[in-house]
Amino acid sequence: MLLCAGALLCAHAAQAQSELRPSGKLLLTEGVSTIEGSGGGGIATWALITGYETRDGIGANVHATGIQLPDYQFRAYGAAVGFRDRLELSYAHQEFDTQGTGVKLGLGRDFTFGQDVYGAKLKVVGDAIYDQDSWLPQISVGAQYKKAAQSGVLSFLGAKDDAGVDWYVAASKVFLDESLVLNGAVRATKANQTGLLGFGGPGNDDYHAEFEGSAALLLTKRLAVGLEYRTKPNNLGLKEDDWMDVFAAFALNKHLSVTAAYVDLGEIATFKDQRGAYLSLQAGF
Amino acid sequence: MIQALIFAAALAGAPTPDAAPALAFKVEHPSTKYPGEEEVADYPHAAANAGAQPFEGDRMWRAFHGQAGVDRVVDELVDRSLADPRISDIFKSHDMVRLRRTLKEQFCYLLNGGCDYSGRDMKTVHKDMGLQNTDFDALVEHLQAAMDHEKIGFRDQNRFLAKLAPMQRQAVER
Repeated sequence: MLLCAGALLCAHAAQAQSELRPSGKLLLTEGVSTIEGSGGGGIATWALITGYETRDGIGANVHATGIQLPDYQFRAYGAAVGFRDRLELSYAHQEFDTQGTGVKLGLGRDFTFGQDVYGAKLKVVGDAIYDQDSWLPQISVGAQYKKAAQSGVLSFLGAKDDAGVDWYVAASKVFLDESLVLNGAVRATKANQTGLLGFGGPGNDDYHAEFEGSAALLLTKRLAVGLEYRTKPNNLGLKEDDWMDVFAAFALNKHLSVTAAYVDLGEIATFKDQRGAYLSLQAGF
Repeated sequence: MIQALIFAAALAGAPTPDAAPALAFKVEHPSTKYPGEEEVADYPHAAANAGAQPFEGDRMWRAFHGQAGVDRVVDELVDRSLADPRISDIFKSHDMVRLRRTLKEQFCYLLNGGCDYSGRDMKTVHKDMGLQNTDFDALVEHLQAAMDHEKIGFRDQNRFLAKLAPMQRQAVER
């Protein structure tokens, strides 16, 4: 309704909507795609299973995300499928382009780190939306297998491995009476910069428990704003900062959404203050 | 059936069934109390049948523009549901006159508009309908659209949906 200007356009939009909308959850309450491909915010994982489909069917989406930082450019794309609102399988490919900074790092212009992330998430208990009469959140467990590119450079940097598995437990709750969505996740990980810089470091190959949290306020049926925070281990001895962002997610309809954010990724590979604009497009059903 | 008659008689303050002629019960049947409605087997009446506790204060009642607003929302919700090929079949064998009335009562009760809910509980009314989540969610979509149509604020819509959402557990069977 935000999008229609005249009466005719509105009528047309309403008609198109009733034809196209399959079934499913309330707009935006299923989140968007994280940079690691799973359903969530932009950088923080949610317990919700991706897609608008309920336990009666299959939902799926594809996404493309870009972050422009002062000294780097991050790009990701991926896809996720949610089965019966119970199991989510996801894939994401990430590229971390050093652009001109590659020369200063001695890696060469446009040297690009990267990784592939294969994820699975299982809803264990609770329903974030229906269970409005209970404090119990929806809780899911998940795993992500990550395989980084550039293994030679990663081992030169001190990473123990170019592949690793993250394990997490995530909890999400939609507080409908407050139009608020809260999410928290604990992730066991060895990943450096989420895996782009490999796994483990000199004398440090242990799993660390890290935290991801986010809060989103549903302003209208189509618009949500919020913030995210994600802690990260520091295995390599290069300084690695926590990540945070403020975001706005806009659902054009149940099939298309846009998320824009201002992200602060801190110091990455000796370059400080990596703050910039995040833009993600998601299409799904 | 017999229970319904006894109940009807009791409501009207009529004498016990064995003492009164059968015709008298027909006259006092609920279908006359609510014109146009089909008869329903007797059931215990209780406010708890509404499936949730009402809001406090009159804020939500005002947000829904009182009884006139609730009437419009329910009629819009039912009209939209009947026009939706995904779920319209579910309503076909049911009494739409009664549905509109009991929904209006239920909404009024939950919004603290001072109504009694005279309908059955959520588990009973949805029994054997074979409803799926998809159906429940489709109804929620139509309710949202109806509330939009009534120009009820988004946050108040969500507050109301928060009352209704847990009913999914009683309504959805498969």
